Amino acid sequence: MSRTLSRTVRAVVAVVAVVTVAALAACGGTGPGGGSGGSGGAVTVFAAASLTDSFTRIGRDFEAANPGTAVVFNFAGSSALATQIDQGAPADVFAAAAPTPMDTVTRAGNADGEPAVFVRNQLVIAVAPGNPAGVRGLADLARPGLKVALCAEQVPCGAAARRVLDAASVTLTPVTLEQDVRGALAKVRLGEVDAALVYRTDARAAAAEVAAVEFAESAGAVNDYLIVVLADAPHPDGARAFVAYVRSAPARAVLAGAGFQSP
Amino acid sequence: MTPAATDPAAGAPVRTRRRPGRVPVALLVPATLGLVFLVLPVAGLLARAPWATLPQRLADPAVLTALRLSLLTATLATLLCLLLGVPLAWLLARVEFPGRRVVRALVTVPLVLPPVVGGVALLLVFGRRGLLGEWLDSAFGLTLPFTTTAVVLAEAFVAMPFLVIAVEGALRGADPRYEEAAATLGAGRWTTFTHVTLPLVAPGLAAGAVLCWARALGEFGATITFAGNFPGRTQTMPIAVYLALETDLEAAVVLSLILLTVSVVILAGLRDRWLTGP
Repeated sequence: MSRTLSRTVRAVVAVVAVVTVAALAACGGTGPGGGSGGSGGAVTVFAAASLTDSFTRIGRDFEAANPGTAVVFNFAGSSALATQIDQGAPADVFAAAAPTPMDTVTRAGNADGEPAVFVRNQLVIAVAPGNPAGVRGLADLARPGLKVALCAEQVPCGAAARRVLDAASVTLTPVTLEQDVRGALAKVRLGEVDAALVYRTDARAAAAEVAAVEFAESAGAVNDYLIVVLADAPHPDGARAFVAYVRSAPARAVLAGAGFQSP
Repeated sequence: MTPAATDPAAGAPVRTRRRPGRVPVALLVPATLGLVFLVLPVAGLLARAPWATLPQRLADPAVLTALRLSLLTATLATLLCLLLGVPLAWLLARVEFPGRRVVRALVTVPLVLPPVVGGVALLLVFGRRGLLGEWLDSAFGLTLPFTTTAVVLAEAFVAMPFLVIAVEGALRGADPRYEEAAATLGAGRWTTFTHVTLPLVAPGLAAGAVLCWARALGEFGATITFAGNFPGRTQTMPIAVYLALETDLEAAVVLSLILLTVSVVILAGLRDRWLTGP
């Protein structure tokens, strides 16, 4: 009786151990960058969410230009990515949508060399197609009754919005301070707000559902995108090749097509 | 799990003494692993907490505003869930009607729906151009998105299934003969419900309400999507935590600890009161 019980116990313990190890291994394998599982020699790029469309294309072009190499992406908010990198995520390249998250990574000693500005982005006013509210410039956003979404000041698009509004001395009370630029854009797409300050690239990506109103003050809050090879890169050579490719003519053409400006 | 073996005449639940004997290792090991797995991340938060700057962060009016809003909206959402969810649970447990299985499955949908999608769904119904929202706007000049009401609705949408499932489970576990006895003694269905059924399922109801409140308190995705984020109006603690994470990991840790402490204190306090009786 007691022998059967102890055998059962041992079996249960073994199962628990196996399941735990398997679960941990699975987590590692499917985590950002693919970890050790499957991705082999792939270059892991942590890139700002706003680079999703263009970097996916650039990654494919890079793989085509360099047979045998592979690139995998982890797209998220730059600050979240910076936190992941500083907590030891196995990444090769970091492309941030603003200097602040890049500074976090450099200060923690996780960057290999100086980050380089590779593109710039600036704000436009996103409105419903046909601009039914008749928004012509920044000052119109302060009109009573007009519902405006901004990004929260903690995220780059919100900081940029604060800078342009302050510079233009426009005071407005937004109905919401969104967690990221896509959130602000979604509120315009759904018709919940009349206007939102978003990046030109985001407005262009959603061109079917939103119209972009350019405004002069936007030049006062241009956002620098930086890219760097990481100090603990598992594939430093591939990482350097990818960064070089991002700054080459074909990649610049893709980025320009998405609405980014050259530095 | 435990059969409804309590004697209704005794009022307070009977505490059965644990049988002597060793705890089987086959249960102890996974139980300990489970506990460690749940507690360790909280320990990680505690380890990273900047204790030195804690007092000044606690006194930050922005933090208190978010905390107050969170407690208020979670409580209102729980009340809304009780008001609508308990009758729904009763219907599912006690009334035979065609399509009951489908209705029961529908009730659990918000559980599996990613909360952000839930928020979009709420916008599509209650938004300015939503199915009902457009009518609310034109008929009453009422727009829900970006209001505190929207926060309550988003939290209730996500949390109600927890309450309904818990209460329905309790109702199915409760012996219907007590209700039948009440009916034989001349009580109507409503009287039976309020005087027999509800007291019978009180522990399940309390557990469901606690789960519901806790889920509402932690709600993030549906809230930020449907209600947006504006300090004092729709910025709840989880949203404040998320935004703090963008710039200041320590601030995010502090905010999380405040939310955790407050909720644990409230839940522990309520639980003792509800489950041990006066």
